[in-house]
Amino acid sequence: MRALVQYCVNLKGLCVGAVTQVRTIGMVFLHAARKRQTLLYPEEKPDLAPRYRGRPVLTRDPNGVERCVGCGLCAVVCPVDCIALQQEERESGQWFAKFFRLNMSRCVFCGLCEEACPTSAIQLTPDFELGEYRREDLVLEKEDLLISGTGKDHSYSFRTHIGRASAEFGAQWAEGDDAPQSPVDTRSLLP
Amino acid sequence: MSVFSLPAVQAILPQLMSIAWGIGKALIVLFGVVICGAYMSLVERRVLGLWQDRYGPNRVGPFGLFQLVADMLKIFFKEDWIPPFADKFLFVLAPLVAMGTMILAFMVIPVTPDLGVADLNIGVLFFMAMAGLAVYAVLLGGYASGNKYALLGVARSAAQSLSYEVFLGLSMMGVVARAGSFDLRTIVLSQQGLWNIIPQFFGFIAFLIAGIAVVHRHPFDQPEAEQELADGYHIEYGGMKWGMFFVGEYVGIILISAMIVTLFFGGWLGPFSVVPPFVWFALKTGAFMLFFILIRASVPRPRYDQVMILSWQYLLPLTLVNLIITGAVLLWVGGAA
Repeated sequence: MRALVQYCVNLKGLCVGAVTQVRTIGMVFLHAARKRQTLLYPEEKPDLAPRYRGRPVLTRDPNGVERCVGCGLCAVVCPVDCIALQQEERESGQWFAKFFRLNMSRCVFCGLCEEACPTSAIQLTPDFELGEYRREDLVLEKEDLLISGTGKDHSYSFRTHIGRASAEFGAQWAEGDDAPQSPVDTRSLLP
Repeated sequence: MSVFSLPAVQAILPQLMSIAWGIGKALIVLFGVVICGAYMSLVERRVLGLWQDRYGPNRVGPFGLFQLVADMLKIFFKEDWIPPFADKFLFVLAPLVAMGTMILAFMVIPVTPDLGVADLNIGVLFFMAMAGLAVYAVLLGGYASGNKYALLGVARSAAQSLSYEVFLGLSMMGVVARAGSFDLRTIVLSQQGLWNIIPQFFGFIAFLIAGIAVVHRHPFDQPEAEQELADGYHIEYGGMKWGMFFVGEYVGIILISAMIVTLFFGGWLGPFSVVPPFVWFALKTGAFMLFFILIRASVPRPRYDQVMILSWQYLLPLTLVNLIITGAVLLWVGGAA
């Protein structure tokens, strides 16, 4: 008797389950009318955020002078050692990178170089179409990386902020509102 | 002087013509089924995509129609490799059984009043025999692979066969009782006026479930079970041998859809006489093939002990009660025969 009752209880559960399964099938069928989630990529381009971490570039300051001073912090912080560079000094005392080499076949787009850069020179951009036909073409030199604009940081010009150097060199680049400001007090922690 | 003007040849010409037409019909059905089965691979991927809010393969040709050509080229040029630890004879035999039994079973399906390979008076039994033999493809293939996953798939397949074979035949007996014949053409003709889906609804439910299990499609795909068994019994197969399992599975879907249509939905019969019988048959079969894919897209896979409980405790009694009631009604209506 108890077995029969148990059988009937199970049968009821089976019937309820069958109804829910049929409901599931109907709901899945209705998905045919839904909007597709797929982006047909080569024809439709994805909408990338401005801070998307794609192809790294070297930017210039608002006056069109390259920002990189070749300090090498990006190469130090890079977890996959994909950046190689050498610093050089111009006769005017300005620092710059003699060469700046970035191996894109190693880069993991972590963005640590961008965080470490004191002059906002290296920046990651929303460009992910990095395919090349030859492996060697993935090693980018300075002329490949350098762009003519300021990247994400439109107004920052570190040369107008750096103590003694700004007093000596600032005047010849800065004009109007970008005139050299008071030198930074390097002994203070305040911004 | 032509051979056909000889008196002896003239005498047997009608027989020759009918033999040629018989072979022609068989070839039409064979190639139709195999080509449809191969194209199911594309249709399934496109339609699954439709129900999962994506597109599926749509790059090769218009609507991705030439995807099949690309897949076939790829699969034909793959290395036909047999693992060194496999039982070579059985390993080669299994895909032949998988595809052969399914295509042979299509022999008894009456497509239209004129088209159909053979009108066996034991058509239903022939179908069951082929469905029973198809199990050997899984058993032999999985055993010959010499692989743990394949063996687990075989164990599940055996358990599943013990479940669905029980009521597969019984679910069709109500239809056979109503038609008074095992011949599928007679069964179709017996449904003029009323399709079997209404008087044999529970038989239809049981046959649908058993049919899905025969071709081990989702949700009764425990022998393959991509997620936990890494494709189960055909894990060691590749190239065209795997392709034969694949085409065999899709031919199986067409076969089961055609059997459902023949047994329960009036075969080529339809309400409008202007529509040719073949169109009715193709429409109904196509609808059930899509239903198979829809089930794959929506229903999760049960454990195989759950399948056994469902089969033995619920569907076997259901089909037996259905058969008893059908017999009682037939005796009641037909009087004491």
